[in-house]
Amino acid sequence: MSSHIVARITAQPIRPEEILKAGSSADGAVVHFVGRVRDHNGGRSVRRLHYEAYADMAERELLSILTEVADDWDVSHVEAVHRTGTVELGETSVAIVVAATHRAAAYEASMQVMEQIKQRLPIWKREEYADGTEVWVGAVAVEM
Amino acid sequence: MQPSPEDLSTVTVLLFAHYRDLAEDSSIELQVPTGATVRKAVALLRGLPGLDSLPSEPTVAVNREYVSLDHSLAPNDEIALIPPVAGGLFAGGVE
Repeated sequence: MSSHIVARITAQPIRPEEILKAGSSADGAVVHFVGRVRDHNGGRSVRRLHYEAYADMAERELLSILTEVADDWDVSHVEAVHRTGTVELGETSVAIVVAATHRAAAYEASMQVMEQIKQRLPIWKREEYADGTEVWVGAVAVEM
Repeated sequence: MQPSPEDLSTVTVLLFAHYRDLAEDSSIELQVPTGATVRKAVALLRGLPGLDSLPSEPTVAVNREYVSLDHSLAPNDEIALIPPVAGGLFAGGVE
């Protein structure tokens, strides 16, 4: 079954409502996932996040992820959008929408997209804390 | 014996996130022996100022695709050193 696939990396704010219309009347299940910037991490108060992407590769890698997931699950629509740049508290950093005939495939496919994004997408996050310091997440003891 | 110039290839190395901070540069032109592996290029990079703390086996993409450290380089390849993202990408946002 061929699926509709949309992969997007954007420096513009993601409006969750822009992905709400995915799928068709053949889809009995639509799973939306919205990842937002949280105000704390590891006991520290977070002020905002800064995302940096390897732009030439990130959109292509995201498309590969979605294509693989669409091959693994019986889904009709797989879409993911990821932010770059500065993202404020409560704003959306990533949004995923999967439409399928039945809910099990939609849930599983959505989970798989998120897991693969975390492992493979060449996008990095710098946390800015309430005390003004900043740290690249994943870096070992590199503070600025 | 020193390699002659025609035995050397120039490749472009892209650095992101804290690797870029270490190098204080986002892009480095590197000369490597023609046909050298990614592993060799990484070893050369680790000899440059500020980059001795790069991991000896980083994740690497060549021409925007992940490759193994044994991948052979061609002239004008674009090598990207990919800092860790796993387990951390959304540690402060989404889990």
